[in-house]
Amino acid sequence: MCGLCGAFGAPDHWSDGVVRSAPPQAQRRARAEAANRVLGLYGLRLAPWADRYTLSGRTGRSAVVDHLGALWPAAERLAGRPCDPLDPAVIAALEAR
Amino acid sequence: MTPGAGTPVTLLTGFLGAGKTALLARLLRWPPLRDTAVLINEFGEVGLDHLLIEPLQGEVALLRGGCVCCSMRGDLKAALVDLHDRRGRGLVPGFRRVVIETTGLADPGPAIATLVADPVLRHAFRVAGIVTVVDAVNGARTLDAHEEAVRQVACADRLILSKTDLATPEAAAELRARLSALNPVAPVTDLTLDDAPEAALLTDDPTGEPAARRWLCADVPAAPHGPVGAVLIESGPVDWTRFGLWLGMLLNRHGARILRLKGLVAIEGIATPVVIQGVQHLVHPPRHLAAWPEGEARTRLVLIGRDLDGALLRRSYAAFTGAAASVAADR
Repeated sequence: MCGLCGAFGAPDHWSDGVVRSAPPQAQRRARAEAANRVLGLYGLRLAPWADRYTLSGRTGRSAVVDHLGALWPAAERLAGRPCDPLDPAVIAALEAR
Repeated sequence: MTPGAGTPVTLLTGFLGAGKTALLARLLRWPPLRDTAVLINEFGEVGLDHLLIEPLQGEVALLRGGCVCCSMRGDLKAALVDLHDRRGRGLVPGFRRVVIETTGLADPGPAIATLVADPVLRHAFRVAGIVTVVDAVNGARTLDAHEEAVRQVACADRLILSKTDLATPEAAAELRARLSALNPVAPVTDLTLDDAPEAALLTDDPTGEPAARRWLCADVPAAPHGPVGAVLIESGPVDWTRFGLWLGMLLNRHGARILRLKGLVAIEGIATPVVIQGVQHLVHPPRHLAAWPEGEARTRLVLIGRDLDGALLRRSYAAFTGAAASVAADR
């Protein structure tokens, strides 16, 4: 795993804690909602689960995600393909919304 | 993150023979820098007359399943933990900063990974900046021949051009322009034997307001001049969650070729700017500044890397963050 994922025991992701406008649970819900806008393109869905998240695919495969730093490696494993924000098809799909 | 957390650690990089040790020896003669601990990879020809010098030994160890940028330098961790421990027990003088002089071939990524990601070190130390020394006589040839040298320049917060008194003014000017094209956000300082190096090289905080003001004004071209170069993304305030998702996704897939990122982010609903910095896949803890350095609150993000498509990056940023209307038009 990568350092971005907090693989060495880091308790949080760099994006956590910068904006504290809501309780932690509400923040997790908001993050999951924002992530699902993109994850839906790969047939995946993120849901808050206690102080973590679950990531699940349409076939029922799922993974526990500690924080958003661990999201994309897990999403690529479940989707079976790269999750590339520079993929023109992905960009076009987001632009169309 | 507060700036005072942890002892600041400066990485001093530069290719073989660039003059790193000579620069360090001169810096350490300054009284304000006497309370500096130095970790070096090898003892070179230039002697360092300093109390706190620790040789580093060992190779970069790749963690199982790890990527290259997350290789952990076990020897570096051991040396820093030991130094921290001995300071705590009063066995070494109470140093206030650490300088790590890397070997000439070193990629700064693994050392940064060690400092940012290790659960022990990240509380005791913080990355204070990367200073890269480039030799004005051989620098151009070194950059042509060695990818590691290009990476060292791309990662730097400050660039030092050494031996300018031995190079022709034309060659030095050409190299200076090349360094600025590779890394437009790092100021280039000339250094000759007659100059006294600035203590600020080691005391400057690259995430502080003066540094942010400096690189906010940097002239970043819309597209890189060569295979390695900088891309500028500008927009109005962004949703932090969407920004974090985009950047996390981008670095997960392209972190190996994004050598450095620096940004001042305007966040929706937050009055003050947030400084964000990263090296390869790693992002430092973001830091709030007290106020905008100047002008209106605008997000300005500089990515330095290899084979970056500026127009595609800006389009992706806009699509993911929703900040399309205010993204700088491609020039």
